[in-house]
Amino acid sequence: MIRTPLRPLARILEARQKGENPDAIERENIRLRHEEMRDKLRVRAEQRLLLLGIMFFCAFMVIGARMGDLAASEPAEPRAASGGASIVAQRADIVDRKGRILATNMETHSLYAHPQQMIEPERAAEELGKIFPEIDVADLKKRFTSDRKFLWVRKKLSPEQKQAVHDIGEPGLLFGPREMRLYPNGPIAAHVLGGTRFGQEGVHSAEVVGTAGIERFYDDVLRDPAREGAPLELSLDLTIQAAAEKVLYGGMKIMNAKGAAMVLMDAHSGEIVSLASLPDFDPNDRPLPATGNDPSISPLFNRAVQGVYELGSTFKIFASAQALDLGLVNPSTMIDIRGPLKWGKHKIRDFHNYGRELDVTRIIVKSSNIGTARLAQMVGATRQKEFLEQLGFLDITPVELQEAKRAKPLLPPNWSELSAMTISYGHGISTSPLHLAAGYAAIANGGYTVKPTLLRQNSAKYGPRVLSAQAAEASRAMLRLVVSHPDGTANFGDVPGYGVAGKTGTADKPKPTGGYYEDKVIATFASIFPISDPKYVLVLVLDEPEIHAAGELRRTAGWTAVPVAAEMIERLAPLLGLRPAIEPASLAGITLSSN
Amino acid sequence: MTEMVYGTAPVRDVEPILPKWWRTIDKASMSFILILFAIGILLGLAASPPLAAKNGFDPFHYVQRQAVFGGAALVAMLLTSMMSPILVRRLAVLGFAVAFVALALLPAFGTDFGKGAVRWYSLGFASLQPSEFLKPGFIVVAAWMLAASQEINGPPGRLWSFGLCVTIVLMLALQPDFGQACLVLFGWGVMYFVAGAPILLLLGIAGAVIFAGTIAYNNSEHFARRIDGFLSTDVDPTTQIGYATNAIQEGGFFGVGVGEGQVKWSLPDAHTDFIIAVAAEEYGLILVLAIIALYAGVVIASLSRLMRERDPFIRLAGTGLVCMFGVQAMINMGVAVRLLPAKGMTLPFVSYGGSSLLAMGIAVGMLLAFTRTRPQGEIGDILRGRMR
Repeated sequence: MIRTPLRPLARILEARQKGENPDAIERENIRLRHEEMRDKLRVRAEQRLLLLGIMFFCAFMVIGARMGDLAASEPAEPRAASGGASIVAQRADIVDRKGRILATNMETHSLYAHPQQMIEPERAAEELGKIFPEIDVADLKKRFTSDRKFLWVRKKLSPEQKQAVHDIGEPGLLFGPREMRLYPNGPIAAHVLGGTRFGQEGVHSAEVVGTAGIERFYDDVLRDPAREGAPLELSLDLTIQAAAEKVLYGGMKIMNAKGAAMVLMDAHSGEIVSLASLPDFDPNDRPLPATGNDPSISPLFNRAVQGVYELGSTFKIFASAQALDLGLVNPSTMIDIRGPLKWGKHKIRDFHNYGRELDVTRIIVKSSNIGTARLAQMVGATRQKEFLEQLGFLDITPVELQEAKRAKPLLPPNWSELSAMTISYGHGISTSPLHLAAGYAAIANGGYTVKPTLLRQNSAKYGPRVLSAQAAEASRAMLRLVVSHPDGTANFGDVPGYGVAGKTGTADKPKPTGGYYEDKVIATFASIFPISDPKYVLVLVLDEPEIHAAGELRRTAGWTAVPVAAEMIERLAPLLGLRPAIEPASLAGITLSSN
Repeated sequence: MTEMVYGTAPVRDVEPILPKWWRTIDKASMSFILILFAIGILLGLAASPPLAAKNGFDPFHYVQRQAVFGGAALVAMLLTSMMSPILVRRLAVLGFAVAFVALALLPAFGTDFGKGAVRWYSLGFASLQPSEFLKPGFIVVAAWMLAASQEINGPPGRLWSFGLCVTIVLMLALQPDFGQACLVLFGWGVMYFVAGAPILLLLGIAGAVIFAGTIAYNNSEHFARRIDGFLSTDVDPTTQIGYATNAIQEGGFFGVGVGEGQVKWSLPDAHTDFIIAVAAEEYGLILVLAIIALYAGVVIASLSRLMRERDPFIRLAGTGLVCMFGVQAMINMGVAVRLLPAKGMTLPFVSYGGSSLLAMGIAVGMLLAFTRTRPQGEIGDILRGRMR
């Protein structure tokens, strides 16, 4: 039990003494206290209610002010969901080394249909058939009248086509904004650029995805919003690329070749200034990939990067260069070239009989298989493999093209002594022309490997040294003789003033069934110019060339690839900014006269 | 003589109900409520046809329902306002008991109408949300307890009412219905404040909230993102808030014209939670300010009347009811102008609502009953010379 104190105690005690009822006093006391407390509470409640009222008033005022503020402000233009996003999602441009546009984006529209909103679906289909002749009108009618809710009609529209579709006046035909990839130069550098397609498509936007070439290789980079539209700078030069393709096309036609490829590389930085493959295509309208087993019949096939060929005698210079580098021979060391050279069941022959022995320079100049095989024997299989690996012939080339990843060089399964001998003159190893260009660059730049690249470099980029400067220089001198010597295999390749050095290669094409064709060759000319200060490497490959010249049907590189390469150097060297060296005119032809 | 023959004519010792009601009722608040209801019908004519069309009813289906329920609500309001505070308290306590049981039985018999929270009883022609009826009942019960605790030797009413409040808040939070839970908590808090909460406690709570908020903002990425998103000036125009903001901006000062608004086609809740946006777009700032003034008028008129009230129970119950009413309106409009984070809350009497309108009518009827003019014993003060 809770004991409640008796209050006020004094009065209660007094009342008790007097015999009065103390309860009345206590009740009176409670009533008074109660009233007092209620008064106090009421005053406090009044204050707090006033405070509440003021707070409510202020809050309503704030809401009213905010309403007024909003009402006074201009309504924001309703932003479309794709509006802001499409700018950052834009694919970066691709430009050449001088900033000229190779690939860019264009705003266009796609056309889609909501058949259930159509008023005259049949007429709409017919009108569309007039605008787009390739559309199957009957099929479109069927689809427009089916219970489909949505269908794509065209992925890209030109402005004229869009206006024409507008003029049909059909509310069920709708346009979605599209950003399409545009290659303003058409087929120029098609194989480098590759192409794009639409990835995930929505009504308001579609993603552009690279399908081939550098567009595919750098897809993530080009789509990276963090680049903020900074273009991808390639090492290509649009002018040179255009000229090179033109010359290559002419050469391919004159030489009756079914395909051709060329690589022009800066020997010091590995930059590919021009890379072409014929036949080519227009990346704005990429053909469908080949369906057969042989991808090389498709124009999409990049012979310069994707095609791996036995590039024949162009390889001989590596054998001699390595032998020189190792100090096994010097340019005038005589080598026994009596043929045929037998190794087990195999016999190695020369194209012509060059006599009993030749010095190393002449082996290269005359392109003796037996001589190079002897050099390879001296070097040995292990060291040869190591050397070719350093030059990059054994791996896929690191160039920034998607196709390069599929072009693994074909190598002998077991690098025997015999393999070493055949490889020394370019048989038994299949590489791409780009591999060869990178190998020649090492000879051209004085013995350093380079990494072939399509991205613009600002300075020379040397890899590790693989050849001594002397060996490289001696090799270049031999290559120069191949062109300048009247007996050289590439004597059609001399371009006055530009000191071309190079080596031909003519390799029989392997049959798919095994063995080699008698009458189909790959003719290659790998060259370095200008010899006085080597800057560029040009590799030119013709696929199955043949030409009637000097009364014979000729297929060898000296008659096919070399003249085309000479023409190309003559055209490209001035564009590359090389000055022709004025060769001292022979005094013999001048008659001194005085009068 | 007549009196001697027939006995004295019986004199009614009480004033007739209606004249007394008319004399003592808070006419200002009542008229404001009626005007608000009329505005609600007017806006419903504009805001609800898109929804009616979507649900396959006649264009003015929802307006008719609003008129029917609103009529019932107004009748309930008038009847309630005629009762004496004691009768109101008795009925409210009974109603509270019924609503409390109904709320407790919701998990067993309720339905969620596919909205994920079990809050309703389906009656076929209409749905009933017990929490709507529980709120005014709870206010009255809690006010009764708080007032009783002020008596000397009274029960510990604060503790009881607090316990009751926490129970109801938990039950509502479990549904989940955080909006109603917050309203109940707020109603109790206001009454406790007026009943004389120690100022130190209030300051302590305020400090703790700020401290906890800072801690949460610094440590919880989710919480910080919510707050930043709310504070940022950019509004995603495809959200409900975005549409509402745009509608207010479109409306400007004088509106785009009756029936010309577009926002009602985009907002699914245009006739309930975002009706103020429809009002702003079609009738402009003028009508919005009028609506705000009407709510503020009800709240301030009622509070000023309650300031003169001497009965603690009436004072507390009236305060709780009017504050709940005012805060609901404030939250609704604050959300539409992005002063408050998004929370679904209807605009009392203006938004479309069936049984909730009825409950609101009863609640306001109670409020009007509590704010009626009645003798406050000032004469006692005068007699005792304690005039202030």
